[in-house]
Amino acid sequence: MDILRIATAGSVDDGKSTLIGRLLYETNSITKDKIEALETASKRKGLDFLDLSLLTDGLIAEREQGITIDVAHIYFSTPSRKYIIADTPGHVEYTRNMVTGASNAKVSLILVDARQGMVEQTARHLSIAAMLRIPKVIICVNKMDLVQYQESTFEEIKASLTELVKQTTFEGQEISFLPISSLYGQNITKKAEQMPWFTGNTLLGELEAFEYAETLAHAPARFPVQFVVRPMTEAYHDFRGYAGKISSGTFRVGDAIRVLPTGQESTIATIEKFEDKLSEAKAGDSVVITLSTDIDISRGNTIVLASEANAPQLKDFSAQVCWLDHQALTPGKTYLLQHGINITKAKISQITERLDVVAQTATEGVDSLKLNEIGRIALRTAQPISADVYANNPSNGAFILIDEFSNSTVGVGFVQ
Amino acid sequence: MNKLNDKIGHFPRQLEDESIYIMREVAAQFERPALLFSGGKDSITLVRLAQKAFYPGKIPFPLVHIDTGHNFPETIEFRDRLAKETGAELIVRYVQDSIDQGKAKEESGKYASRNVLQTVTLLDTIEEFKFDACIGGARRDEEKARAKERIFSVRDDFGQWDAKRQRPELFDMLNGRIAVGENVRVFPISNWTELDVWNYIKEENMEIPSIYFSHKRQVIERDGMLWADSEHLNKEADEIPFEATVRFRTVGDMTCTAAVASEATEIDVIIEEILSAEISERGARIDDKRSEAAMEKRKQQGYF
Repeated sequence: MDILRIATAGSVDDGKSTLIGRLLYETNSITKDKIEALETASKRKGLDFLDLSLLTDGLIAEREQGITIDVAHIYFSTPSRKYIIADTPGHVEYTRNMVTGASNAKVSLILVDARQGMVEQTARHLSIAAMLRIPKVIICVNKMDLVQYQESTFEEIKASLTELVKQTTFEGQEISFLPISSLYGQNITKKAEQMPWFTGNTLLGELEAFEYAETLAHAPARFPVQFVVRPMTEAYHDFRGYAGKISSGTFRVGDAIRVLPTGQESTIATIEKFEDKLSEAKAGDSVVITLSTDIDISRGNTIVLASEANAPQLKDFSAQVCWLDHQALTPGKTYLLQHGINITKAKISQITERLDVVAQTATEGVDSLKLNEIGRIALRTAQPISADVYANNPSNGAFILIDEFSNSTVGVGFVQ
Repeated sequence: MNKLNDKIGHFPRQLEDESIYIMREVAAQFERPALLFSGGKDSITLVRLAQKAFYPGKIPFPLVHIDTGHNFPETIEFRDRLAKETGAELIVRYVQDSIDQGKAKEESGKYASRNVLQTVTLLDTIEEFKFDACIGGARRDEEKARAKERIFSVRDDFGQWDAKRQRPELFDMLNGRIAVGENVRVFPISNWTELDVWNYIKEENMEIPSIYFSHKRQVIERDGMLWADSEHLNKEADEIPFEATVRFRTVGDMTCTAAVASEATEIDVIIEEILSAEISERGARIDDKRSEAAMEKRKQQGYF
């Protein structure tokens, strides 16, 4: 059974929370006591229908204001898949939460209000989905009930977005358009009786059919060492294992390996998962690897295949960055850069440009990047990092920037 | 399309890999981590994951149990056995001691419970041992405020959670850097659902306390639910204990965890019951029903 991670996006009041509530409701994922609690809460708000958005707006401030502030994680499953939805905020000022929620997603649901069509947030979210290399985007034209379920409205919105989609998308990204009504459950899990003109799949149908090409196992092999296991017990006196989660590629017993950044070489003696000894392990597996020779390896080192002549070692590089903190990014400042589990100091030498993700233009010569802004930076790290170009190997190409003094995560970067 | 039984026995293995990764990050990033152990199925799952994460080494942090004094005896017995079997260090601290020291005050009335009080003992224990990370078995599917919690959740000096100041968590990168006095609550099974936990217990053939399975017990009926009769429960005159065949879906204190009538003696039947249940897991916890925002408020005060 696999897991499909989805992120929702859209502007305020596009009905994201209602859409998710609807998905849960129609896949029998809500227990009776929760539905009763919903009925009570809906009545208290003076509504004569079930307000499904109340299922996800969890914080006190959110219920007061009727908006989503923070990312909520919601779960449902079908017999074939477990789904994890990151329900992210629509407000511009919470774009960072949106990036956070979408960072693990393989599908992005972007909602558009049928009455308004494309708005600034639509462009922003399409750009972010492309920046994060999310392989599938479903643009849900919601509230079709408020435009009399007209095909022409849907087609107009679709046409108005074509140019933007062309500008933002990357090769291999799937983009589809879906007319829906979350409030009335049209085209969510059931075909829309009100829209016989639409012949495509329902939303759940699209999600169930989506096959995310498992390219990760074929990407270059990367094993960041998280923890050195040294039991020093009688039974395992000389045992020295390297624990970690393979971030991309495949490792097999007998493979010749190299350790970065030290450059030492050895061969894989065993790959272990608890009491099991495996012959190979691939991206996503948490394993313990032992080597045939004793070499010095510590946390933060990366094991790669010795056959790969030019595994990356970056010290001076450029990256796209999304700023997540109230205190702006200013060139010359030193941050801690965390790539996977490895931390080193990094100095931002220059902000090359700021991107206007709505107009799809870049401004050069800027001296800061503020909260929620996206730009390109040049940086230099104290120690080399074994990161790939994000577009080539997303699981090993992203990093976060941490403020040394507040310890906050202040930015996310993508190696270019 | 969703036939209930089709969901039984399908545990997404990816979840285990992700949780083991989190366990190892805790051991690597913190100096004095601890695993908060309640004896419930979620914390038993945590112990299993910790065992796997460091095998063939031992679990490199202690199991900490905040004993309210209102626990089911079966849970306590199970706890002691598990600690022995895994070789993990076990630390127990008692809510009764906090009450005796005047730091916490026993609640009164028929709904009196020590659930809120345990926060006091927990914070004292964190201070006593200078724990910088506490691993807990909370899941995001349990409750709405939990759905917003991070995997590494930073708490201030008073153990408080500030929903608006949460650090962004991107990809699988966990930032556990903290200032002196702060500590982190870690939730390795955040992304598991109740069903995932049960399917995992089944697949791994794990032992769990006997009260999860159907048994005969003296209970009283209150608010349409069944409560285990015990010396800790403040009964009203018309609440007369009777014998029933029940099991518990979640294991908290005897005073705040209701039983469900059930004949399920095997794990498959329990999973079937969960799938068709009309009451959600926390619906049987009176502590959450105090108000719609009950959980968020308790978390702000340092509850885990």
